[in-house]
Amino acid sequence: MERHEYDVVVIGAGGAGLRAAIEARQQGKRTAIVCKSLFGKAHTVMAEGGAAAAMGNVNPSDNWMVHFRDTMRGGKFLNNWRMAELHAKEAPDRVWELEAWGALFDRTKDGKISQRNFGGHEYPRLAHVGDRTGLELIRTLQQRVVALQQEDEKLHGDPEAYIKVFAECTITRLLKDGDAISGAFGYWRETGDFIVFDAPAVVLATGGIGKSYVVTSNSWEYTGDGHALALLAGAKLINMEFIQFHPTGMVWPPSVRGILVTESVRGDGGVLRNSEGRRFMFDYIPDVFKDKYATTEEEADRWYNDQANNRRPPELLPRDEVARAINAEVKAGRGSPQGGVFLDVSSRLPAAEIIKRLPSMHHQFKELADVDITKEPMQVGPTCHYIMGGVEVDADTGAASVPGLFAAGEVSGGMHGSNRLGGNSLSDLLVFGRRAGAGAAAYVDGLPKRPTVTGVEEAKAEALAPLERTGGENPYEVHHELQRTMNDLVGIIRKSEEISEALEVIEKLKERARNTASSGSRIYNPGWHLALDLRNMLLVSECVAKAALMREESRGGHTRDDFPGMSAEWRRKLLVCSAEPDGTSITVEERVQQSMRGDLISLFERSELEKYLTEEELAEYDAAVKES
Amino acid sequence: MGYKAKFRVWRGEGGEGRLEDFTVEVNEGEVVLDVIHRLQATQAPDLAVRWNCKAGKCGSCSMEINGKPRLGCMTRMSTFEESETITVTPLRTFPVIKDLVTDVSFNYQKAREIPSFTPPADVKPGEYRMQQVDVERSQEFRKCIECFMCQNVCHVIRDHEENKPNFAGPRYLMRIAELDMHPYDVAERKESAQEEHGLGYCNITKCCTEVCPEHIKITDNALIPMKERVVDRKYDPLVWLGSKIFKRQR
Repeated sequence: MERHEYDVVVIGAGGAGLRAAIEARQQGKRTAIVCKSLFGKAHTVMAEGGAAAAMGNVNPSDNWMVHFRDTMRGGKFLNNWRMAELHAKEAPDRVWELEAWGALFDRTKDGKISQRNFGGHEYPRLAHVGDRTGLELIRTLQQRVVALQQEDEKLHGDPEAYIKVFAECTITRLLKDGDAISGAFGYWRETGDFIVFDAPAVVLATGGIGKSYVVTSNSWEYTGDGHALALLAGAKLINMEFIQFHPTGMVWPPSVRGILVTESVRGDGGVLRNSEGRRFMFDYIPDVFKDKYATTEEEADRWYNDQANNRRPPELLPRDEVARAINAEVKAGRGSPQGGVFLDVSSRLPAAEIIKRLPSMHHQFKELADVDITKEPMQVGPTCHYIMGGVEVDADTGAASVPGLFAAGEVSGGMHGSNRLGGNSLSDLLVFGRRAGAGAAAYVDGLPKRPTVTGVEEAKAEALAPLERTGGENPYEVHHELQRTMNDLVGIIRKSEEISEALEVIEKLKERARNTASSGSRIYNPGWHLALDLRNMLLVSECVAKAALMREESRGGHTRDDFPGMSAEWRRKLLVCSAEPDGTSITVEERVQQSMRGDLISLFERSELEKYLTEEELAEYDAAVKES
Repeated sequence: MGYKAKFRVWRGEGGEGRLEDFTVEVNEGEVVLDVIHRLQATQAPDLAVRWNCKAGKCGSCSMEINGKPRLGCMTRMSTFEESETITVTPLRTFPVIKDLVTDVSFNYQKAREIPSFTPPADVKPGEYRMQQVDVERSQEFRKCIECFMCQNVCHVIRDHEENKPNFAGPRYLMRIAELDMHPYDVAERKESAQEEHGLGYCNITKCCTEVCPEHIKITDNALIPMKERVVDRKYDPLVWLGSKIFKRQR
């Protein structure tokens, strides 16, 4: 069996994985990047809007404290505040660093990086390149990896001496030595041959779980691999009930249903209308945001040119609010012909300006839907976009509870609380990708000796099982049923009976998934790959459903029809998922969240905190304010 | 609404293969990749195809559809007659791994041969100042999604395996142009484009531009200007004299 020895193995080659790998290599560690797709194809390319970083290039009033506050507000105060703090403080450096690696962001008139408005951000904050920022980010990091390889070639005569990409390779198990990580087991997609990584540190950067849903903006890779690998290795997941449904996915044609329409459309003036032509978002401004959003169309429209003296248009409310509003309009029978609502930019900006600011969207609608967005409105509706929940990590190092295991980006949990602001994902991957890479490097430095790989035979048997069975279940059918179940029963709006029903279905699907059979050889066999991915999707879906059933309130990306209000008691609680030792089922436990540090909580007004915190916590706030 | 389409798909691995016929359901609004996926789910579970974003942004699902390089996710079924047989084959310039999946490692190797972005040593992160108009030229090339269809269609290597070692291909010659036009890049790009990366092989037939799904004007905006810059350097006696007298900084 093919075997490699590394210091750090990074699983996933999106923004977080590449940034982690770059950091580990820059700290002198022999680093492997293992990814399911080709190098440079990761889902990060889909990010459109930008990377949020309080550089203050467009509005000098912006700073990390404002960004921190926006992030906590967006997450409804459930965020891991230390992560939100580090993120807000370090994002500008991470963006500037990309520029030194060759990224070409759009510019301001004085030659700095331009920043755009986005939902939930008080000031223009998103560094961007048109609406293809994710591509710029991934390409820049990819080219940085190549630059490091060129350095290594000069120094060591081998470009892959210190950093190597294992593309189209899937990890199915983390390997351990006692309690600690000792490596990873996987297969080459191309040949079906197995591969073992012998490594004391593993960084998970596998992204999200969207493929458990029918309508999703996520690609096939998003099967919750890192979430499941972490669970099976004994780590814990938090906040799994919080899933962000992006308010504006394409609804037509059916084959592209779910594909994203960037929030920049709204940031740049696009408005949402129902079938009666009403700009309905004015009807959905929640109390906690009342004083920050315009209440008339006139004021909202003035804001685009004069942000100092007007409040923001309600189309720019955080994503969860907009998604629920669209859902409600469609349910009330005021939707568009294909079951969404109208997003119109054609009547708001000149055609040339639309093409300049939203080139990818113009292209995407023209090519995929035969719609010219400079002439007619788009039809949009909510789509499963992002999971706030993930591996519970130490904010500073990205370390999970299992020694040697690290996580960064979407697969980690805590940073975004119950709802992520647009633009905070690209900055999250940079900030915490770097931190996880550094955390892994420091962990390796501190080890007295390398751990020993165990469990290879078991991992191999598990991976081969679907190929050895005949006449079993079709993995595509099991997958399809899981997607329908999650979409219909644990979607945007949830209720107890439906979630319970979903859990019953998941139990049955788990049984069926254990009995899947894949025909064909081991060479590039997607049916086999899917059969293996099902284990991960089912574990993750069980976490989502069980946590969703337990949390009896509505907050951010978790809306309970039977518990519509936000509860201060629930805000203090995190739901922590772990797998049974045999890996067949999930248990969920409540844990009390640590109180915010005094200097951070003092950044908020009491009147705002009263909407979120318990009396006990408010007393802590008063004490903190008095002290400062 | 739905109809049954005739598909002819290349199947095979290990250097052998053949076109296989399928009859498969097609629904309104679908693209070729949807139909390939339906084949996987219903008739050929081990049919190999690369894909990822399904929105024309990642450049994974490059294939040849009726002999033309296309992204499977951006080729609408409504552009074909219902009676037409649609032939889907892998990219021809690269070795087939299985079915529609080819070994594109050539491209990653070429990427590594182009020296990386080289800013002046004294500019710190955060100090970069560039005007929009000066970054726009390179930004056009950075729209590239690396679908490798330009590499696939370029006749310099499409049927000439022997040229591969000496020719970077349109995608990477464009990368050189991108860096050469970057306001802060200080590396020498012109001579090496010609001497080491095979810019001279390109005889501007614009095949690359035609297949680019991002509509990047590879030939007009990257390759031809690069050729002009090379010519300026090579034959301009003043530049030549200057380089002799003032030893160009590397």
